[in-house]
Amino acid sequence: MASKDNSFISLQGVAKHFGSLRAVEDVTFDIKRGEFFSLLGPSGCGKTTLLRMLAGFEVPSSGEIYIDGQPMSAVPPNARPTNMVFQSYAIFPHLTVAQNIAYGLRKKGLSKAELADTVEQALQRIRLGGYGQRLAHQLSGGQRQRVALARALVCRPKVLLLDEPLAALDKKLREEMQIELRQLQRSVGITFVFVTHDQEEALALSDRIAVMSKGRTLQVDSAARLYEAPSCREVAGFIGSMNFFDGTVTDVDGDIATVDAGSAGALRVPVNGHATRRGAKATVAVRPEKMEIAWQPPQGVTNSVAGRVTAEAYFGDRSHYHVEVSGLPHHIAVALQNSQRSLDTTEARGRRVWLTWPVESSVLLPQAGG
Amino acid sequence: MRRRSIGWLELYGLLFIALLYGPMLLLPLFSFNDSLYIAFPFKGFTVKWYEAMVQDSALLAALRNSLSVAIPVSIVSTAFGLLTAKALTRFRLPGRRAIVGLIMVPLVIPFIILGIALLTTLRKTFDVPLSLWTVAAGHILICLPFSVMVLISRLEGFDRSLEEASLDLGESAWSTFWRITFPIVLPGVVSSLLMCFTASFDEFLIAFFLSGDGATLPVFIWSQLRFPQKLPNVLALGSCILVLSFLLIAIAEKLRRGGIPTEKHSGF
Amino acid sequence: MAADAISSGAGQEPRAQRWSIVLCRRLRAWYLGSDAARGYLLLMPTLAVLFALLVVPVATLFLTSFCTQVYFKIDCSFTLANYATIFEPSGEVGYFLGIVPYPEMETPIYAVLLVRSIWMAFLVTLSVMLLAYPMAYFLAFRVTRNKIRWLILITVPFWTSYLLRAFAWKVILGYGGVINSGLISAGIIQEPLSFLLYNPTAVIITLTHAWLAFAVLPIYVSLEKIDRSLLEAASDLGDSRIERFLRITLPLSMPGVVAASLLVFIPTVGEYVTPTLVGGSSGKMLGSVIQSLFGQANNQPLGSAVSLVMMLVVTLLVCAFLKVTGSKLKAREVQDA
Ligand SMILES: Nc1ncnc2c1ncn2[C@@H]1O[C@H](COP(=O)(O)OP(=O)(O)OP(=O)(O)O)[C@@H](O)[C@H]1O
Ligand SMILES: [Mg+2]
Repeated sequence: MASKDNSFISLQGVAKHFGSLRAVEDVTFDIKRGEFFSLLGPSGCGKTTLLRMLAGFEVPSSGEIYIDGQPMSAVPPNARPTNMVFQSYAIFPHLTVAQNIAYGLRKKGLSKAELADTVEQALQRIRLGGYGQRLAHQLSGGQRQRVALARALVCRPKVLLLDEPLAALDKKLREEMQIELRQLQRSVGITFVFVTHDQEEALALSDRIAVMSKGRTLQVDSAARLYEAPSCREVAGFIGSMNFFDGTVTDVDGDIATVDAGSAGALRVPVNGHATRRGAKATVAVRPEKMEIAWQPPQGVTNSVAGRVTAEAYFGDRSHYHVEVSGLPHHIAVALQNSQRSLDTTEARGRRVWLTWPVESSVLLPQAGG
Repeated sequence: MRRRSIGWLELYGLLFIALLYGPMLLLPLFSFNDSLYIAFPFKGFTVKWYEAMVQDSALLAALRNSLSVAIPVSIVSTAFGLLTAKALTRFRLPGRRAIVGLIMVPLVIPFIILGIALLTTLRKTFDVPLSLWTVAAGHILICLPFSVMVLISRLEGFDRSLEEASLDLGESAWSTFWRITFPIVLPGVVSSLLMCFTASFDEFLIAFFLSGDGATLPVFIWSQLRFPQKLPNVLALGSCILVLSFLLIAIAEKLRRGGIPTEKHSGF
Repeated sequence: MAADAISSGAGQEPRAQRWSIVLCRRLRAWYLGSDAARGYLLLMPTLAVLFALLVVPVATLFLTSFCTQVYFKIDCSFTLANYATIFEPSGEVGYFLGIVPYPEMETPIYAVLLVRSIWMAFLVTLSVMLLAYPMAYFLAFRVTRNKIRWLILITVPFWTSYLLRAFAWKVILGYGGVINSGLISAGIIQEPLSFLLYNPTAVIITLTHAWLAFAVLPIYVSLEKIDRSLLEAASDLGDSRIERFLRITLPLSMPGVVAASLLVFIPTVGEYVTPTLVGGSSGKMLGSVIQSLFGQANNQPLGSAVSLVMMLVVTLLVCAFLKVTGSKLKAREVQDA
């Protein structure tokens, strides 16, 4: 089945239990050849465990992993077509940078000269020419990261596994490395499986992302689809921020449903393929930056909610507002670009406002048990 | 106020060291005294006790016995200790605590009980004749805890992902051990070898019970203590042993606490 | 899928072989997946050593204790006579720390010796802790440079021949020994002092010295672990240096003190070398008796029984000690977490 579509790595009902702790539960998805695939989720959700099962350091408690059509459960890590960049980089402290990079090439039957050549090329490529004789503790964090990357890549793996490889770097270096990593992946064409808990990083780099929570995958999709069409409330809340209006579906008219969201009134929202019916519980989700603030009661718009500004935070390019809507348990967050703002704009706090948004900017989320 | 309390503790530290080393230093001191009696005042400087020592054939035989026990014991204990430490640090083992407890038991049982228990079992129950082999067996038992402790802390001190990285880069478990694990734990291994060697070389009680005709050096010394005219020789011999033990253990400790930089030491 | 992979490669081969391939793969997967299997494989040699040289001997000792020595043979019909002997009053006078407590009473010699051994081990442990703690404190809080060198300097003596160190004390305390000859040649005394050697105090001094180097380390480690900001917080909340020591430092270093105490106390109860060298008859401990029962007195079953009773009593004491200190330590661990 793996070879029928273009899936290259296939996880089938994979689970990992540590004693009574269920670190990974029933994970099933495919990764395509040459894809930059990310595992994204909060700390402790099982990303590393899943990656280590791909690498062979952990064996699934149940389920099976296929890489390139081969089941992996009886394949030890050293025989798998994967290489890993460790979170701690794991640069061998007693070997030089050159020896580190050459480490995986021993079995490849290269001559001494070829070996030296390969290592030198790799060093050039990571812009560490002349660093070959250094030891790990003589390198900076970014340099180690690149050595770890080169060490894995010279082995020409089919899959490169990266466990939060950028987490230890400072912000600027991290952004540089993100771009480099993406370019590198395009140029070598190797499948990357990338673990991160930084959603911006995942969105910026990945072809597709698996969002994980408590050992399960919530949604496996492209960055844009995760952001624009989250499948559930957790994904919507984890990627970016999101306002939720809980209510009941009162009407389904083709592609548009109407949800009665209590004091927020009747909201119209695209169904987007969700199975829903009249009377079902549902949530309307709207991103803060997709809302507009009207200071006067708006005329002729479909979705409009009245409230009062309780807090305002100014970020220069944009401002965030908290709007209290009577009858809703939590405030609504709104983000506005400050394109027309000037120094004498009046203070917003305490003012009565109306929040509006286009129908297609909102998302319908079916509620559990609804 | 603050000054003074620092002063007191420092004074105590120095006093402590003096107290610790003072009694031991008496042996080398009096070993150069030209008198049969270990007493003040000094009668004059001599090395004749050392000369007598190297001509004592029984002593040399005991030395040979001690070496032929201590060297294999240190190697075997360290090898077993390394396997054990690896198993205990690298795998999630059911019953880990019980096993660690069992390994450490010889540290907290009085040696005399180990000695008699081994004696009864080997000699009376299984009818193994007492020899240097039985001494070595007993010594392996008491060296294992030291070896395991030293090596566990060494193995815990380095990042497990180093070994995983090696496996990941295509090396087998065996070659990973020799290319990564062993070089990194080498200081610990040497330290363990030296400690086990010293422990075995200096051990008296178990050797006392388990050695047959071939006495080890401490057993030989014990037998000499009864004869006052032999005491100066014992002093000379003891001084040599003290100096040797001191050097070996100092090196072992230095290796154990220092060593090549691992990921941890290098700031990660 | 799994079946696909096999049948494509081994379609023509006989069934049996296909099954063996599957079996091999299953076994391999199990081995790779089972930490226990891989771990215990590595543990095999050590477990064999422990079984043959620790478990079996202790079991043998246990069994022997129910036997009877008949000249050079051991009669292994079950009897509790050896255990009875231990608590049986005997004609010998029971010294207790050099004093004869009940001259007229016939005391059970082994039981009295056991109590005396425990009492002496307790005194040794106490004095070791009192002397070692300040040193550990000094190392942990005052030594800033060359810490490793200090640590090595402290620990090395423990490893040097214990026999020689005990012998050194015999030389120091002896009738014609270093102290006496020193005092005489300094003109302070005329006659050698005879009360220095061959008494319980000599044993306690020698053993204290022997363990001193060993006990510093565990205490030091637990002191070193204490988060310095806790101490600063205590001061900040108004503790004086002494209050702070009593309320923060001392309680937090208790795990090290407890560990060190046990590591000193337990082996000391069964001490043989030191009492024999410097103890004389009043400083005799149970270890000497055990040795003679396996040596000249040649009564192995009784010797085994005495050893086992000693271990049992010590274990009970240790458990009681751990119960008392343990509950406090546990509570602290919970607070830590
Ligand atoms: N070897 C292990 N033994 C027991 N539990 C483990 C082991 N490895 C991981 N876990 C547990 O499994 C869960 C998932 O861990 P994992 O390391 O996969 O999380 P993660 O998503 O990578 O988190 P982070 O972002 O913090 O790295 C955690 O609760 C962790 O404590
Ligand atoms: Mg992780």
